[in-house]
Amino acid sequence: MSDITPADLPRQKGTLDHILYVLRANPVTLIAFGMFAFLILSALFGPALVPYDPLATNAGNALQPPSWAHWFGTDQIGRDVFSRVIVATRLDLTISVAAVAISFVVGSVLGCIAGYWGGWPDIILNRFLDTIMAFPLFVLAMGIVAALGNSVENIIYATAIINMPFYARLVRAEVNIRRDAGFVRAAKLAGSSDMRVLATQIFPNALPPMMVQVSLNLGWAILNAAGLSFIGLGVSPPTAEWGIMVAEGANFIVSGEWWLAVFPGLWLMFAVFTFNLLGDGLRDIVDPRKRT
Amino acid sequence: MLSVKDLSVMFQTRRGAVDAVRGVSFDVAKGEILGIVGESGSGKSVTSYALMRILDAGGMIKAGEATYSGVDLRRAAERDMRDIRGREISMIFQNPRAALNPIRKVGHQIEDVLRQHAQATRYDARGKAIAAMEAVRINDAQARFDAYPFELSGGMCQRIVCAIALACDPKLLIADEPTTGLDITTQKAVMDLVSGLIRERDMSSILITHDLGLAAQYCDRLLVMKDGLIVEQGDPAQIFGQPAHPYSRKLVDATPRAGASVRDLLPAEARSAEPRMLATDQPLVEVRNLTKTYAGKSGPVHAVRGISFTINRGQCVGLVGESGCGKSTISEMLVRLLDPTSGQIKFDGDDIAKTPARRFARDSRRADIQMVFQDATDSLNPRHTARQTIAEPLRRLARMRGNALTTRIEELAGLVGLPLSLLDRFPHQLSGGQKARVGIARAVALDPKFLILDEPTAALDVSIQAVVLNLLVDLRAKLGLSYLFVSHDLHVVRLLCDHVIVMKDGQIVEEGPARDVMADPKDPYTKSLIAAAPTPPERAGDTAPTQLETKNAQHLAVHDTRAS
Repeated sequence: MSDITPADLPRQKGTLDHILYVLRANPVTLIAFGMFAFLILSALFGPALVPYDPLATNAGNALQPPSWAHWFGTDQIGRDVFSRVIVATRLDLTISVAAVAISFVVGSVLGCIAGYWGGWPDIILNRFLDTIMAFPLFVLAMGIVAALGNSVENIIYATAIINMPFYARLVRAEVNIRRDAGFVRAAKLAGSSDMRVLATQIFPNALPPMMVQVSLNLGWAILNAAGLSFIGLGVSPPTAEWGIMVAEGANFIVSGEWWLAVFPGLWLMFAVFTFNLLGDGLRDIVDPRKRT
Repeated sequence: MLSVKDLSVMFQTRRGAVDAVRGVSFDVAKGEILGIVGESGSGKSVTSYALMRILDAGGMIKAGEATYSGVDLRRAAERDMRDIRGREISMIFQNPRAALNPIRKVGHQIEDVLRQHAQATRYDARGKAIAAMEAVRINDAQARFDAYPFELSGGMCQRIVCAIALACDPKLLIADEPTTGLDITTQKAVMDLVSGLIRERDMSSILITHDLGLAAQYCDRLLVMKDGLIVEQGDPAQIFGQPAHPYSRKLVDATPRAGASVRDLLPAEARSAEPRMLATDQPLVEVRNLTKTYAGKSGPVHAVRGISFTINRGQCVGLVGESGCGKSTISEMLVRLLDPTSGQIKFDGDDIAKTPARRFARDSRRADIQMVFQDATDSLNPRHTARQTIAEPLRRLARMRGNALTTRIEELAGLVGLPLSLLDRFPHQLSGGQKARVGIARAVALDPKFLILDEPTAALDVSIQAVVLNLLVDLRAKLGLSYLFVSHDLHVVRLLCDHVIVMKDGQIVEEGPARDVMADPKDPYTKSLIAAAPTPPERAGDTAPTQLETKNAQHLAVHDTRAS
């Protein structure tokens, strides 16, 4: 018979085994997770490990090129660039993770409502999202921060608002195609209310494409936060943040002090690159169909 | 004309190389219709894809020869293959809707093939395409030329696919499950049309199907395939009458046919006595003047128009009709997923139609009415293991937790013949038959009184269908269930049901005891349904009356492990 006997396949393995399998099967994912771990460790322990206080100035030691004492050199008021780059990881990651988390949650809730019930909530939500997406998104973020004021929370809110439509659209589409699936009707026969069906049966099935979106968005949110800081609408100096450091360092490139802008820029690139690589791996991990 | 020798095809997968076809040899003579019969995974489709050199990525012809009128199909350049495909050898695919481009007018799709093979120019393509549509008996081809696939019925789409395949007058037509998923009367119409055209144009054909009855009716010669090998070949009457190989015997047994009981579908050694059914005359479900009207773009659509029937305790009622007759709408309303426009559904004397479908999930009678869904794959959440799926109703409605839950799940798995080791698998790791069992276990988990079976075997291979039908018969006897069995196939309904209701266009055209309706149909529609079923050649054993078979039946367990 065409069916498979139990002995043909190994017994279902745990989630940890599956994660290890995904990492082993795809070297790019493994590298991406290694880079991600490095970023997380810098964010957690960076401030405790860096050789200098990122805010301590030393006018006598200003604008020194990279050396053994100062790996990335020093800036115009003698602060150690390496210490500032590492310390900035925590702030930049916090902004992007918080912004993505907010847009994920809000976008999922709105998308679920619109995709499952349809009708007028769906129409209103879609027009609302169209309105947001009609703006150039960075300009919208600038407007929000300009209106609400320069603070870390406002950067997070602005980044979350401009990302939210993408999540809502994605969830709406994924929920909509599964609204009448057999397993959804079966769950209703099992006595589940609409809310429970949505939360336990339909939404988890939208996770694999969401994960790709999340990881791309994390990189994008960092760029956005750095961009806002670069034009002076974000975190204010002297806080260490990649965007401001690039902005401040840009003035010195002409006079030959390239290290002020290049190293924070490199780190920014590294973080965005990491998140972009992470997407496929995350999707494979949350997709049970990859467990063969 | 076509000669295949020792053809082997393998696929490179994550778990190593898989041999899909292992040394297959056959010839197709001019004017011959060859049937390749086998169940899913037997390599029958892969064989034809290999001949056309359209294997999926990772697939390759490992060994063997395939020659078509002197052309070496295995080594021919891709350029030459393009000329051969469509021009010399063409194919009809399983799902006509998937085979047609959804955003292109069907007429243009026929023109594309004609122009690709230089059979028409820009100026006469339209006329030739319309002629091709008329050749497959499409009425009003002028108007249909400008239709999009979604505007046409499934049968009409399959005719368009046939028109595309036959447009360039190929010499060999490969039809891969051409009628799977079509209604039984449409199947007959399409098959009669295709076989007629093949004879008329003196073409050869390979018909690939899982339905032995269908193949036997239309083919000159049959090949039975299993696990990439040809296990038997011969003319249909011989394979049906005297199957030599145990596998072909099993397939022949499992094909529903006139005069066979549900136990006869199983291999002889697995047959046991049919359990005695205790149908009573106390009504369990009484449907009175049920209607459902949808608001359509061009006025209201009457899906169900005033239907009344009764299902007694312990009875199995069959609801038969073709797609669009309203049978699925009725089952959705009875199971309380859909609110009727008007009418009553009395369950145990109470009108359950009064409770809106939205609130019925928390109703105390929810556990009493359950359903087995048509598509086992679609009805299982891909993120839940079999155990989680079966646990869902027990957790929600019976409030079972911990050990009691585990015990009950394992008891249910035993009841439906699902090995315990499979409980922690995800749906994509289970076969079709196993998924059907999980769906049945979930439906009977709460000891319902009334079970709606919505074409539970439509997507299954015949041998698995035989096992699942027998399982349903056993469960009904063991648990004292009442069934409403919804199907488009009267021959399957007859096996299970005491009473049959035939529906057309939202109305009942005929009802009565299953035996009487099958033996002496009154309504012309019922007659056409019965006549449309494939009529395989007589079997030597089947002429004996069924009483004799039951008398001699051995008392063996039906829960055979071979299906697991």
